[in-house]
Amino acid sequence: MALPSYASTGQKIWHYSYLTTCGLIFFFLIFPIMVIIPLAFNAQDFFTFTPEMLRLDPAGYSLKHFDDFFNNPDWYRPLQNSLKIAPVATIVSVSLGTLAAIGLSQSHVPYRRVIMAILISPMIVPLIISAAGMYFFYSSIGLQGTYWGVVLAHAILGIPFVIITVTATLVGFDKSLTRAAANMGAGPVRTFFKVQMPLILPGVISGGLFAFITSFDEVVVVIFVGSVGQKTLPWQMFTGLREQISPTILAAATVLVTISILLLITVELLRRRSERMRGMSQG
Amino acid sequence: MSDASTTGPMRAADGTLLKVSLARALRRQKLRALMLIMPLLAFVLIGFVLPIGQMLMRSVENDIVQDTLPLTIEALQEWDSTSNESPPEAVFTALAIDLQAALESKSHTILGRRLNFEYSGITTLFRKAGRDVEDWNVETDGPFRVRFEEIDEEWIDPTMWRAILAYSGRYTAGYYLAAIDKTMVSGQIENRPKNESLHLMLFGRTAWVSILICFCTLLLGYPIAFLLSNLKARHSNLLLILVLLPFWTSLLVRTSAWKVLLQEQGVINDIMVGIGILADDNRFQMINNKLGVVIAMTHILLPFMILPLYSVMKTIPPTYVRAAKSLGATDWTAFWRVYFPQSIPGIGAGAILVFILSVGYYITPELVGGPTGSFISNRIAYQWSGAGNWGLVGALGAILLVAVLILYWVYDKIVGIDNVKLG
Repeated sequence: MALPSYASTGQKIWHYSYLTTCGLIFFFLIFPIMVIIPLAFNAQDFFTFTPEMLRLDPAGYSLKHFDDFFNNPDWYRPLQNSLKIAPVATIVSVSLGTLAAIGLSQSHVPYRRVIMAILISPMIVPLIISAAGMYFFYSSIGLQGTYWGVVLAHAILGIPFVIITVTATLVGFDKSLTRAAANMGAGPVRTFFKVQMPLILPGVISGGLFAFITSFDEVVVVIFVGSVGQKTLPWQMFTGLREQISPTILAAATVLVTISILLLITVELLRRRSERMRGMSQG
Repeated sequence: MSDASTTGPMRAADGTLLKVSLARALRRQKLRALMLIMPLLAFVLIGFVLPIGQMLMRSVENDIVQDTLPLTIEALQEWDSTSNESPPEAVFTALAIDLQAALESKSHTILGRRLNFEYSGITTLFRKAGRDVEDWNVETDGPFRVRFEEIDEEWIDPTMWRAILAYSGRYTAGYYLAAIDKTMVSGQIENRPKNESLHLMLFGRTAWVSILICFCTLLLGYPIAFLLSNLKARHSNLLLILVLLPFWTSLLVRTSAWKVLLQEQGVINDIMVGIGILADDNRFQMINNKLGVVIAMTHILLPFMILPLYSVMKTIPPTYVRAAKSLGATDWTAFWRVYFPQSIPGIGAGAILVFILSVGYYITPELVGGPTGSFISNRIAYQWSGAGNWGLVGALGAILLVAVLILYWVYDKIVGIDNVKLG
């Protein structure tokens, strides 16, 4: 990207204005997420920077919104519900999804395209349609408004992400390794756990994190399929934003941003590890 | 050299024909693959595809009218619906019998609610009639035409009867007509009154705003993807994290961030007032309208444009542009005639993905859209929770779903679903 030494003035101007534009776009991407973090420490119940905050006066900052978030049942119960639903949904979609991804990456799979299209469809179909359909179906089998109803619905929404990440890892998987294992007398189960699984594990884990964040962040389906007993954190934020907007939302948002940053770093490290293990990394 | 075993067909070690043996092995392999896929496929089919199919069936099912008023509908067939006269006595006798049966199961109120979606005021009519009919003796208390007329004049109004007749079939196109702002209450298909017609407008707005969002994400995403694909891997990985962070951040966090930033007493307006661009009493309205939706959704969907663009641009060899320049092309020509055409697959992939995701959005238009920025999804949610018109939910959903599935098919054709990248 560096400019050659013979670049003309026009080229230089163009180059630097291009870089500035990119900088502004990155600013647009990151600024809205970052701006809510300091606002969450506001000592007032405002959604904007108070003069005290701008003067960096310690009196302008406080932890009271976080205090409310962790001690007010309106907020910590939904957080607990989210933490109860998301991991179980993740386990369901990861276990079934990994098996299916392994099946899909075999060399001869009849109707592969159709099956793939069906398995990815929960990501594509508008959430409101999925939610309404699941509402009617789950009511008819008595799962509407139950914990397991929400878990199963969220598991389905997480499946496309598991399929996509795990099949992507399997593309680089060397088939001769399983053949070698079989050659040395290992059964299919043993080959899977001792040879294949360790190699595709990074993909499985990042698929799982995607599934987790999908469930953890999902509002529409849980509103339709769940009842007040399953109210999750995003649901509470949604009602909060629609009805009485309380600054505790910003504390909740800050906690969620922290979680996303941690997940992102984990996925990034896993991706690099996976590339290194497959000898694909360039640097 | 030659003996019998080499001249005959090839055989496997156990003596079966090699062709047969290979075919068997292949079949076993296919079966094993399918066995691995089956649990998940069954789960998705039962838990996802079937429910959606069932919901879509609601958009044509209309059993309630026939089930509640079987005799009335039968008697109505004799009536000339084009005439300006109310139906004959037989219809009213049948109605009295049907209503008495319906009273037991309370299904007359459900029927009233169903017909009320098409002909307003009919709920009250049925509820009022239900109270009186309960005490009638269907054998002796006739003639019923007059008695119904005593309850309410509207019972002898042919317009209302035409509506009942038009919506009496076990399957109806009525919900689809409602979804495109038409009605057939008079037996003919005609436009709904202006104040009830907003579905076509909402479909149009959803498509138009989504195209706008596509365009904005492309405008902002292209330079970023170009930059990322031309940097050293070490630097581009670092910058890629900045793209992925919004992608990983909760949708509600991003939407609430924009709500905080854009509102009238929000950060952006405060800054503009602070540096004197705006007067304090003349703050800029950026939320609860289309502008708010476009800004917030461009931000939310931008990673979905950048990632496909980036993965295509990474594969474009820099030598072509260099060759073009050494042949005398200016920077612009080299970019526009050589580089840009090679990046078009990425643009197609990103644009379709952003468009598909955008037309189905519900949360963001609901929270920052206000009345002028809401999408068709918001209308579907309203019909579901507010009006309870589930048939219309099915019909609106079906139209939206068909549009999305066509785009999904196009996406699969040109990009391949296996090639979706998630960072």
